[in-house]
Formats: sequence, structure tokens, C-alpha cells
Amino acid sequence: MNASLRLRAGLVSIALLAAFLGIWHLATRSTAPVATMSPEYAKLMGLTATQGKSAMPGPLDVGAKLWEHLKRPFYDNGPNDKGLGIQLAYSIGRVGTGYLLAVLVAIPLGFLIGMSPLLSKALDPFIQVLKPISPLAWMPLALYTIKDSSVSAIFVIFICSIWPMLLNTVFGVASVRKEWINVARTLEVGTIRRAFTVILPAAAPTILTGMRISIGIAWLVIVAAEMLVGGTGIGYFVWNEWNNLSITNVIIAILLIGIVGMLLDQILARFTRMVTFPE
Amino acid sequence: MTDKFISIEGIAKRYPGGSGATTTIFENLWLSMARGEFCCVIGHSGCGKTTVLNILAGLDAPSEGAVIVDGQAISGTSLDRAVIFQSHALLPWRTVLGNVAYAVSSKWRNWDRAKVKAHAQKFIDLVGLTGSEHKRPSELSGGMKQRVGIARALSITPKMMLMDEPFSALDALTRGTLQDEVRRICLETGQTAFMITHDVDEAIYLADKIFLMTNGPGAVLAEVVENPLPRDRGRTDLHRHPLYYALRNHIIDFLVTRSKTFATEKPDHDPRNVPVVRIGKPGLTIASSGEEQRQTWTPGTNPGLTA
Repeated sequence: MNASLRLRAGLVSIALLAAFLGIWHLATRSTAPVATMSPEYAKLMGLTATQGKSAMPGPLDVGAKLWEHLKRPFYDNGPNDKGLGIQLAYSIGRVGTGYLLAVLVAIPLGFLIGMSPLLSKALDPFIQVLKPISPLAWMPLALYTIKDSSVSAIFVIFICSIWPMLLNTVFGVASVRKEWINVARTLEVGTIRRAFTVILPAAAPTILTGMRISIGIAWLVIVAAEMLVGGTGIGYFVWNEWNNLSITNVIIAILLIGIVGMLLDQILARFTRMVTFPE
Repeated sequence: MTDKFISIEGIAKRYPGGSGATTTIFENLWLSMARGEFCCVIGHSGCGKTTVLNILAGLDAPSEGAVIVDGQAISGTSLDRAVIFQSHALLPWRTVLGNVAYAVSSKWRNWDRAKVKAHAQKFIDLVGLTGSEHKRPSELSGGMKQRVGIARALSITPKMMLMDEPFSALDALTRGTLQDEVRRICLETGQTAFMITHDVDEAIYLADKIFLMTNGPGAVLAEVVENPLPRDRGRTDLHRHPLYYALRNHIIDFLVTRSKTFATEKPDHDPRNVPVVRIGKPGLTIASSGEEQRQTWTPGTNPGLTA
């Protein structure tokens, strides 16, 4: 029953994909009327004007281009022509650095805030104000103070991924079941050991959920941040290809951003499953 | 009783209520227990039974008064006083063995893994969970979970066990078996036990002394009922004992009516000298009606609580 459901769902997915590709293909076939023009003028115009070809690439164009990229993911022909693998590696590197820094700050800080009602109340207004700020709004300030565009991008990732982790850690730590704390208290377990043996495992699923939300946000933000700071990265690649009017490359980049985002989410989902305990 | 192992001396618990007033759950509560005694507290919800237990455990502090255990006033929790929680309170991310070992390694911090494991295993075997060591609490039935709770409490070889309605969430059959086990273990290891229950039969089977508390707020310890049944009583023929129904009726009467009217009935109740009720004399009279019971009381002072 379960297997057959999965099979049928898979078939429907494939059918939907085929339908989408088919419609896309039909919609981008050359159908527009061709204007008559002198050969010199025609040279200046693109295929859209001379052969009636759609300006939007079809699935076959994108597929061919994608295959080209996949064959040579790590080539480097100077600042404006690098392989997609290199661009993605830059983006993942920035996200990873900013995200890890955020983990190192958010989880210990969240622990402190969660365990101390005083700190929780005192810091709450600051968190409430800082949380809704768009991470890109920090960019000018970061560029001005840090004076390095690449480090500024990392800072933007740091600032955007810290809030969900911090809030979830605070919530997870503060809502550890009283009876588990009481068990540790009756066993005369010290504060540090209690934090690691009771509070951390009890709060881990909530903390990991926050980390999963954060990695999603970080990956959303990096594209925008790299469009602003430029130089390298998948966000810069998208903007650069838009300036080159290579819609094919833009579509490929969009697809890859989606796939990498999904993989990052899946990795965190796996970690979450590892620390989740059935009650 | 000259041996006052545990002595609760004039404790009170107050909470700040609305508009500056304070709510008194109970005040001026005195009671004592001898070493190796099994005591049950019976009273309606809200009379502060759990608060008394938490104060004994050190999880809660009294607003007034003190608790003296083995000649020393307690402050905070202690590994000498193990708690068996109503909701078993097992750590769900640890296995059965892990939960017991956590307690063992908390008591003996310098023990190596093998020693901790062997010690924990001994107590898992004692409560009859051999073979389930590596299961997680979620894979266990309610009764098995509570067995782990008992094993965890016993594994630290406490001087006393505090139980907050440990069997109330279990079905009748499991409850019976676990009552047998707890009684056996307590008799074997000479535990002093303090248990909260709502089950009158459970109290009669397990307890040497039954504390009856009136309704809160402002609850008082109304009576200490001494269990007249022989120490080698069995669960199956308990109800055949001639004093069983007299004892049971006395407690039920208290719960149904006297727990509400006690304060008006006995305005001169002295909380330091709570009447000790001895129903009949073992093997002598069968007190069947309420009137007869009251005649057989010995409302003298509790010798253990002389001022």
C-alpha cells in the first residue's frame, strides 16, 4: 500500500515534469514572423529578429548548456568567467562560515538566556527589534565598518542566521520539562553536568529545528548579498549572466540554487532526526 | 517512638495571592517518621501533599519551619532521599540502563563505566526488567517505566524513598504487582518510605502509618492512623483481616465528610500533638460502625511529638 502510493506519487511527479518541459518547449519554439531586412542589419540583430526564434531559451538549450557546465564545473578563465562549481563553492563557503559563527554565538547565548529569566526579560526588547531587520539592511554598515566586501557578506549571513537559532535555543532550554530538571536536582547533578546531560539533549530537537530554519534563510540571503557585493559566488553569477543577457545561464543558476538549498535542508533534517527522541 | 528519623517541624507553605494577599496551603504542620517506617499520606487534591513531598525531597523550600532528617536540618536535595515521580520522569533519550546508570554515576562520580553498569544492572534485575536494558522508555509499558523509576531510585541506595502517587497512572493488575514489589523491596532494604496516594487500599496494604490531611487551603494533618494489620500481610487476603473494614471505613469516612468539616468539628486541634488513631487492638474487637470506631480511638498525644 505504502510502496504503491510512493510509486504512484513518483509517476505523477514524472508526468508533471514532462508536461512542464513539454509546454516550455512548445512555448519557446520559433513562431514569430520574420521581418525582411538587409544582411548587414540582420548581422546586428539577434536570432529573434532574423529567424523568429524566441528570446526565451527552451528546455533543450538549457539542457545542452547545463551539460556543458557539468562537464567543466571548475574552470577559471578570469574574474568574469568561472565554472559553476567554483561559484557555488564560494557561496557555500560564505554561508558555511557565517552560519558556523552564528551557531557558536547563538547556542551558548541561547542557553544562558534560556536558563536565566532575568537575562531573558532584559534582552527580549533588543532581540525583538533586531530580529525583523532585513539582513541586507546591514550591508552598508558592514561595508563601512569591515571595509571588505567578502567579509561583509559573511557578516550578513551571520546576522540573518543567528535569530532563529537563538530564539529556538532559548525556547528549547526554557521549556525543558520540569520533572527532568527535578530528576537531575534530586541526583545532586551540578549545573554544568545538568546543562550537558539533561537540558542539551532535551532541547536539542528544538535547537536543530532553529538551525534548519537558519540554514534556509542563509541560503536565501547569500544570493542577494552576492548580487550586491559582486566578485564571486552564485548570486554574482546570476547577476553577471543577466548583464550578459544569457537567460540560459540564469535558468541554470536558479535550478542549482534550488538543488543546493534542498541538500542543505536535508542535511539539517538528518541531524534533527538523529537527536529527536520519541516520548 | 524515640527514633525520629524524619521530623517535619512546623512547616508552612504560602504563595502570594492576588492583590497583596497570601494563600496559605498549609501551616504549622508537624509530623515524624521512624527509621524503616512506611508512611502514606491521604487527602484530597489541593491539600498540599505534593508540596510536603517536594519539601521533604528538597525540591521546594518551606515558607516557615524546618525538616530534620537523621538529626540534621535539610537544605536542598540529597542523594539520601530518592524520589519516585508520578509521571516516572525517565529521560526519553536514554535507554533503561542509561537512565539507571545516570543515577548511579551521579552518586559515585569516580566509578568507571563497567562498575556503574554492573551496579545499574543489579537494580534492573531487582525490579524484573532483565532483558529490557537497551530499550528506550517509549518502547516500555507504563508499568515497566515505573519499574525503571523504582530501579533508578533504589540504585543510589537512599536512606528514604519519596513517592508521589507512583502507581496512579497504572492499570489495576500492574499496580498490584508493583505494590508487591515495592513492599518487598522496602521490607528487605529497610527503607523509610513516604508515599502520597489516593488509593485507600494501597495505603492499607503498604503503610505502617497513614497520615490524613484535611482539605486545603489551610490544610492540617488531622490524624495519624496506625495500621493494625500484621506486618506479614498479603495483598490477596488483606480484606479478610477482621480490622480491615474498620480501618477502611475510618479512612473513607474521613475523606468523604470529615476532611471538610474537621476544622469546625475540632477547633482545639493541636497540630503539634496530632491524635494517633489505633483501630481496635490487633485480633481483639472488630469495629464495624463509625460510632464504635470513635470509641476505640486513643486520642492521646503522639509520644513522638512531645513538645
